[in-house]
Amino acid sequence: MPYSDSLDIRMTDSALRDGSHAKGHQFTVEHVRSIVGALDAAGMPVIEVTHGDGLGGSSYNYGRSLVDERELMAAAVETATQAKIAALMVPGIGTKDDIRACVDIGVGLVRVATHCTEADVSIQHFGLARELGLETVGFLMMAHTVSPEKLAEQARIMVDAGCQCPYVVDSAGAMIMDDVTERVAAVVAEVGGEAQVGFHGHDNLGIAVANSVLAVRAGAVQIDGSTRGFGAGAGNTRNEVFAAVCDRLGIRTGIDVLALMDAAEDVVRPVMDGECVIDRLALVMGYAGVYSSFLKHAYRAAADYDVRGADILMRCGEHKLVGGQEDQIISIAAELAAEKAAATQPAPTG
Amino acid sequence: MRTAAIVGSGNIGTDLLHKLLSSADIEPRYMVGVDPESVGLARARSHGLEASHEGVDWLLARPELPDFVFEATSAYVHRENAPRYEEAGIRAIDLTPAALGPYVVPPVNLTEHLDLMNVNMVTCGGQATIPMVYAVSRVVSVPYAEIVATVSSVSAGPGTRANIDEFTRTTSRAIEVCGGVAKGKAIIILNPADPPLIMRDTIFCEIPDDADHDAIRTSIADVVATVQGYVPGYRPTVEPQFSVTADGSHRVAIFVEVEGAGDFFPPYAGNLDIMTAAATQVGNQIARHLDTVSTTTVGAN
Repeated sequence: MPYSDSLDIRMTDSALRDGSHAKGHQFTVEHVRSIVGALDAAGMPVIEVTHGDGLGGSSYNYGRSLVDERELMAAAVETATQAKIAALMVPGIGTKDDIRACVDIGVGLVRVATHCTEADVSIQHFGLARELGLETVGFLMMAHTVSPEKLAEQARIMVDAGCQCPYVVDSAGAMIMDDVTERVAAVVAEVGGEAQVGFHGHDNLGIAVANSVLAVRAGAVQIDGSTRGFGAGAGNTRNEVFAAVCDRLGIRTGIDVLALMDAAEDVVRPVMDGECVIDRLALVMGYAGVYSSFLKHAYRAAADYDVRGADILMRCGEHKLVGGQEDQIISIAAELAAEKAAATQPAPTG
Repeated sequence: MRTAAIVGSGNIGTDLLHKLLSSADIEPRYMVGVDPESVGLARARSHGLEASHEGVDWLLARPELPDFVFEATSAYVHRENAPRYEEAGIRAIDLTPAALGPYVVPPVNLTEHLDLMNVNMVTCGGQATIPMVYAVSRVVSVPYAEIVATVSSVSAGPGTRANIDEFTRTTSRAIEVCGGVAKGKAIIILNPADPPLIMRDTIFCEIPDDADHDAIRTSIADVVATVQGYVPGYRPTVEPQFSVTADGSHRVAIFVEVEGAGDFFPPYAGNLDIMTAAATQVGNQIARHLDTVSTTTVGAN
């Protein structure tokens, strides 16, 4: 089943939400206007604009926003001519009041995100969003950590609550080919017919575009990415690359591929502090299965405590941290520093 | 010895039963539920309590009413029950998020509310973190405090899951009211790791540029010791961390874990244990206070 009569899939661009991690949550209204303007002109159907950790994410734990996200979302709504503006919401961080505010701002789609085993915390939020007439997407984060069957059960909970499109979310960029196919297929088998299915990738292992194609082949009709890969970890699936690949494969996205390439180079890149690349720590995230938005926090903690960033991330993996536990990065860095100091202490004599 | 009824025969009610059984000030006398098959009610009977599944009507028809009710149901049920307790002269210690009475966090403000008929125990995250916010705010001014509570998935029951917004709202508000800070923020994370992880809490407080770090450390250590008086498994995982954030604000970060006593819940469920332990602590203190008052009155006559 294609997304619609004219599109095989619908793409969503997350540069102004997932990119918030890479930008240290320092987006300005001008950044939003320029990026939304360019993506909208290239035919991007959905553009997500929120703090990286969703509505209400501005905090010590995740990083404070330079500009209130509601101002940024309002600027996006004002700029877009055809694109729908979406917002991310994580229960436990944001609340229903944040969803209500979306309606006043003119946001048309709310994406409610939970860890992939905790879908039932989103029930009240889906209910409210639908009641308010918002389109809904459900994010099952860190989907690599559970079996396809378990993931499908959790997708069922979201769909029953009012979610119109559960997503298989590879938050750690740790899924490898068949991992994607099996999970998307299992979710489609469970909820297909009642709901669409989506995929959100990260490029920590260098295969986000290929993974996204496999998701489409397994039945996903909504695919996330970020133009220029602007996102957490090694970045998201590069939307201009994915759009080009889809075009070559005959998958209809409705995107003006050359215009999106221009947007990537001329508009998005200048807003980025640096390219999102598969550097050592980003690769460790994919390798150890660590939540991608931990990257900048790990760099900072490694510098503050003079310990190895890779050691911090490996320990995050050992402790089975989930999305949202950025606070534990400081605790782990302090622990590693204490261990290092103890190891270099001269052995007591006598 | 004062008497108590536990209303709610689920996990919280059952753990509370074990804590009250070892209290020197309160005797648990009744347990009330709504399900005749309730395991909690059977357990209460085996410990010598009178137990019934016929709800609060049954309780209020007892010839001898208890001095205290510990409400371990839901916010909705407590709102229904609270006026009836008060009319019957029973003091309510509310473990639901109903928050009809003032928030009470034992090391912070218990002595202010000893005479009230209804007090509220905030949330598990509030009990675990507000003592630390208070430890900082009693030494320096704290314009903003933020807490992150991570609990194991298996310790978050259906009530918490269905009303996760109530957790964030109630905890944020209590950080301000009890923690003594201008603006509070609360975040809760559920972690499904198996074996389940012990509850972890991080408390961030914004502090003045010239804050006396040693005074803050000492104050934190004092309050930790107080909490350990009723939750022995409450402990910092690393020293308090002082830093300056990217936007130039000075802050202290406090990291604790809360291991439960293992009375009824497994030890990882420190989030549930700290609620029942704090509620027991509040009950004990009020009971002692009532005894002091009545003794004084007798003496004056």
